[in-house]
Amino acid sequence: MPGKLKVKIVAGRHLPVMDRASDLTDAFVEVKFGNTTFKTDVYLKSLNPQWNSEWFKFEVDDEDLQDEPLQITVLDHDTYSANDAIGKVYIDIDPLLYSEAATVISGWFPIYDTIHGIRGEINVVVKVDLFNDLNRFRQSSCGVKFFCTTSIPKCYRAVIIHGFVEELVVNEDPEYQWIDRIRTPRASNEARQRLISLMSGELQRKIGLKVLEMRGNAVVGYLQCFDLEGESGLVVRAIGTACTLDKLSSPAAFLPACNSPSKEMKEIPFNEDPNPNTHSSGPSTPLKNQTYSFSPSKSYSRQSSSSDTDLSLTPKTGMGSGSAGKEGGPFKALLRQQTQSALEQREFPFFTLTAFPPGFLVHVGGVVSARSVKLLDRIHNPAFVGIMGNTRSYKLLDWNSFNSDEPETRDAWWAEIRQEIKSHAKALGCHAVVGYSESTSICEEVCILSASGTAAVLNPRFLQDGTVEGCLEQRLEENLSTRCGFCHIPYDELNMPFPAHLTYCYNCRKQKVPDVLFTTIDLPTDATVIGKGCLIQARLCRLKKKAQAEANATAISNLLPFMEYEVHTQLMNKLKLKGMNALFGLRIQITVGENMLMGLASATGVYLAALPTPGGIQIAGKTPNDGSYEQHISHMQKKINDTIAKNKELYEINPPEISEEIIGSPIPEPRQRSRLLRSQSESSDEVTELDLSHGKKDAFVLEIDDTDAMEDVHSLLTDVPPPSGFYSCNTEIMPGINNWTSEIQMFTSVRVIRLSSLNLTNQALNKNFNDLCENLLKSLYFKLRSMIPCCLCHVNFTVSLPEDELIQVTVTAVAITFDKNQALQTTKTSVEKSLQRASTDNEELLQFPLELCSDSLPSHPFPPVKAVTVEKASPVGDGNFRNRSAPPCANSTVGVVKMTPLSFIPGAKITKYLGIINMFFIRETTSLREEGGVSGFLHAFIAEVFAMVRAHVAALGGNAVVSYIMKQCVFMENPNKNQAQCLINVSGDAVVFVRESDLEVVSSQQPTTNCQSSCTEGEVTT
Amino acid sequence: MTSELDIFVGNTTLIDEDVYRLWLDGYSVTDAVALRVRSGILEQTGATAAVLQSDTMDHYRTFHMLERLLHAPPKLLHQLIFQIPPSRQALLIERYYAFDEAFVWEVLGKKLSKGTKKDLDDISTKTGITLKSCRRQFDNFKRVFKVVEEMRGSLVDNIQQHFLLSDRLARDYAAIVFFANNRFETGKKKLQYLSFGDFAFCAELMIQNGTLGAVDSQMDDMDMDLDKEFLQDMKELKVLAADKDLLDLHKSLVCTALLGKLGVFSEMEANFKNLSRGLVNVAAKLTHNKDVRDLFVDLVEKFVEPCRSDHWPLSDVRFFLNQYSASVHSLDGFRHQALWDRYMGTLRGCLLRLYHD
Repeated sequence: MPGKLKVKIVAGRHLPVMDRASDLTDAFVEVKFGNTTFKTDVYLKSLNPQWNSEWFKFEVDDEDLQDEPLQITVLDHDTYSANDAIGKVYIDIDPLLYSEAATVISGWFPIYDTIHGIRGEINVVVKVDLFNDLNRFRQSSCGVKFFCTTSIPKCYRAVIIHGFVEELVVNEDPEYQWIDRIRTPRASNEARQRLISLMSGELQRKIGLKVLEMRGNAVVGYLQCFDLEGESGLVVRAIGTACTLDKLSSPAAFLPACNSPSKEMKEIPFNEDPNPNTHSSGPSTPLKNQTYSFSPSKSYSRQSSSSDTDLSLTPKTGMGSGSAGKEGGPFKALLRQQTQSALEQREFPFFTLTAFPPGFLVHVGGVVSARSVKLLDRIHNPAFVGIMGNTRSYKLLDWNSFNSDEPETRDAWWAEIRQEIKSHAKALGCHAVVGYSESTSICEEVCILSASGTAAVLNPRFLQDGTVEGCLEQRLEENLSTRCGFCHIPYDELNMPFPAHLTYCYNCRKQKVPDVLFTTIDLPTDATVIGKGCLIQARLCRLKKKAQAEANATAISNLLPFMEYEVHTQLMNKLKLKGMNALFGLRIQITVGENMLMGLASATGVYLAALPTPGGIQIAGKTPNDGSYEQHISHMQKKINDTIAKNKELYEINPPEISEEIIGSPIPEPRQRSRLLRSQSESSDEVTELDLSHGKKDAFVLEIDDTDAMEDVHSLLTDVPPPSGFYSCNTEIMPGINNWTSEIQMFTSVRVIRLSSLNLTNQALNKNFNDLCENLLKSLYFKLRSMIPCCLCHVNFTVSLPEDELIQVTVTAVAITFDKNQALQTTKTSVEKSLQRASTDNEELLQFPLELCSDSLPSHPFPPVKAVTVEKASPVGDGNFRNRSAPPCANSTVGVVKMTPLSFIPGAKITKYLGIINMFFIRETTSLREEGGVSGFLHAFIAEVFAMVRAHVAALGGNAVVSYIMKQCVFMENPNKNQAQCLINVSGDAVVFVRESDLEVVSSQQPTTNCQSSCTEGEVTT
Repeated sequence: MTSELDIFVGNTTLIDEDVYRLWLDGYSVTDAVALRVRSGILEQTGATAAVLQSDTMDHYRTFHMLERLLHAPPKLLHQLIFQIPPSRQALLIERYYAFDEAFVWEVLGKKLSKGTKKDLDDISTKTGITLKSCRRQFDNFKRVFKVVEEMRGSLVDNIQQHFLLSDRLARDYAAIVFFANNRFETGKKKLQYLSFGDFAFCAELMIQNGTLGAVDSQMDDMDMDLDKEFLQDMKELKVLAADKDLLDLHKSLVCTALLGKLGVFSEMEANFKNLSRGLVNVAAKLTHNKDVRDLFVDLVEKFVEPCRSDHWPLSDVRFFLNQYSASVHSLDGFRHQALWDRYMGTLRGCLLRLYHD
């Protein structure tokens, strides 16, 4: 019995009137955890009851603590009939189980009912006493921290990034159980909410166990999803990246080593000094030594000792500095070899992170994706149904031991896809996949599983134990961290996986780079970008015949390659039209419906200075003899050229003129190539690899051979840029804007359109879909016009096809204001600086060419932690220390809780992570018209979900949610019956932040330039 | 392609002041969109009509959801569903409870019951204010009335506390509640020249001097009702009009004091007895509810109109009223000096405010 959970019910307010006669309520509360229930006294005749209960104590296993939610039910006492439920509050007590997170949950929680929505609030205090040493309990994984953030959380430092963790649990969906026919919708919804809460808890615990096995202490980039498979069940699956993190903000341990003068100077060598003398450990760099002196040696010793007892997961072969050194040869090969061996031991060398510690990412290969069409089968397990029917108090069964069939099937499906991803990455000369994510689309019994990521070569230093010591003091900077390094091709030039058009890097002129780069990650912080970026979307619909089972699956898998191809072509065209050469944050979503497939790809286009200037788009007609046709073609061509020119101006893309002679290398035969390696398979294992390159053509040529192609060209030109003062991107931040001000507005917008069944042709469908997305964006720009100048960041579109003729698009994003004047200045200076930097980098490279560096490698194969990592967080720790007494939020009646899909809050420092927020809600109504129709219903529900998230964060003592995402928003309506139902799943990290203005004391000590660069590099972009 | 569902929910609730005004003014979404188009917003922002339509619908939906909370403004401050900065909350409340002068004119002094609600249609037609807006304003009056009706303490403070209104608006509401409670007749043609401000001013004076709360702030602190005892006592003032000697003496005192100071002296002298009788009788009659209701009609009829027909300038009216009320102190046979002062103190203020074209 390792834990004691203590709960106190303080008071209620704004309760609904339950007794019509008196216009009052006789409320009491049931507090339930596991199978134990306590009750408060009935507080007679009040809408604002003051229970002030005793402490209800639950003595429970920590395993239960992790799995079970605390369930608080508010009821109206009725002497003669059954007590009426007012509503419930589910509290996830997981945040109380980590030592550094919240210590108490205390605050007002909205009382939620799945039929009536929020009905008043209840004030609750929750505490947990853990008795025993956590590490002794193998079934629980208390203490493993979870983060939704897909980068190393601020105020932590990554000691080791272990790698991929995944888990899934399967269960019968209560909505489809026999008992559902006799129970009320409320009971059914609550059973579902509770079940999913239990399954999430269990999933998180199991993932935690895997992390402990890997000797990690945290999961970063944790993404948990639900697959509502209907009759065949409910799957909860999660992926994440196991890490060992060190907290940096603990002032006691931190203060002596990090006093501000040293910090100030630290920034100079790393950010300003163009030529850091990194190889000497002499007197010129004493500060660096100092920097590292406080990187907790404790953690290293722990690793090295742990490696002795480590499980097979920690790779050892090829790691020794000696063995690697014997290989000699160019650095790249060595590095690959090492990393490879480090990663090959892992089943899947995948990372869900999208932003990385500096130096982590060595090369990026390109996007890899895999899709698979599967048929869902009903789960046959009568015993389980019986148990699940008992909704009063069931303990979730471990399905793995109970049913040998089901999760294994799902596991096998995913394993298959991951294997494919891995092999694609290998084909690109990469041994790791970063920015990895998985998704599903389900329609009836057909399910499309998708996975995608970015093939990459990683710096092995972060990936393993015990090898970091020794090199710490001596080698601090690596040439790998040059700003263009990640653009260089990881694959062998002579043995390319696909035809590609390579040039020498426009930055260092030493290495080959591709002409276009597609990735699923965020723009690396040290990348040099020219101008600003923009949101680029490819949208596509394809009609499909209605079919059953196998035939349906076959039809879908036949369509998929064409969709992928077209989506890719659209992206490429639009990118060129914008005059840009790289895509970041690429996310391709394929959604399956009864009679159509939808594809939506979103990404942020940028102009990478290291990559060549993109060529234009050439239009070619098929019938060159026709004069008027020719004229038309040339007219189109002119329009396209004008658009490109306009876009270049709009996004301030003015690459420095570099004549070819300087580059000094003949550009290889120009060919359009594609970096998207994909495959899809239907239940069988057949893998079709699609060559998306366009063969040997002088430029990117669009052939207009039929009306379809004409349409495509038109649609290219119809995308309107955002109104002036607005920018948009789907990455964390907008490349080229650095001066964010503190105003943020997170929002969710949902649109559903009904297609008229008459005009269902592919073209009409495409147009409808395109208009839907464009209009949605236009509406957003209009609504947020008061925030100009501002940028929509992390724009996340989700498409679903709830019914035959319905298309639903859900968008979540955050609008952030920026200071236009200052922003312009900084961009200018940063461009100048980066150009300067680029040139100095060249010189530097001449002095220490990459090949030369490898000579010194054998003795120190792994570059140590770069100081930037530490620096980045140090002001945070400092700030935290200094501002400890400052209250985190302004005193108003209800504390403001910010929500953002980003991992940071502009103009503020995150000082503490309080734990993960993962909530699932169902709302149902049988009086749709009375609630304002579908729009009124969903509007109110989303507002309620926001409110519940904010309340939970506030109760944890936080004032913001970062990395917030709405993972699911499943909306079903039946207007004829006046009914609707919606399921929403959201998650994020609860944090405490402190305004930077409160930290001014700290920053004012730094020279302004330094402050600037530390803001942009450390705070904003990570 | 038809839009089935179209929503936008921000973590901070977006409030568009212009749309809020249109909503408060009771325009339908279609009308509001048309009005916004006319305002030139499309040209300014480059938006399309469809965008405007969707935006307007969204705001209307938000306002509709907020309306329930606006009915009890403290709830708006404590609720968790809509995150709204405090300054915006104040704006929402203040604008929601604001009313149209033309509307309040029609309802002032009427019983705030359901019966009157039927008249809202007529008021709407008459004033050109949309029925929806009329209904909102009427319901606001009624709601405030209901809440503060039985409460003790300062009327203005009670309203401010329960509806979080600005001082100015709370005072106006106090006047409306006071008028509704005492059912003062304000609809007569004779009173058409008065503004709501005139009535509100009088109401405030009367609340200060003429109610229970005015005399004893410790006990029975009710600002709503006129002090019955005070009204009863005022019967005693009758003697000023009934006793011929007293009346003559009063007249001579006033005339002596004002001789040469008043431009309209002769008219005053000729009319003194009528005016004085009128004012005293108003006071003496206030025991009957019917006469209380007619207070303003009586004051205008008995004092304002006679003076106005003789073209008294306002300064003369002030001189006269001051002297008229002060001279009573020199009347030896009159014992109710305190009562007289309390009455005239209020009345003088009211009359001066009511005296205009």
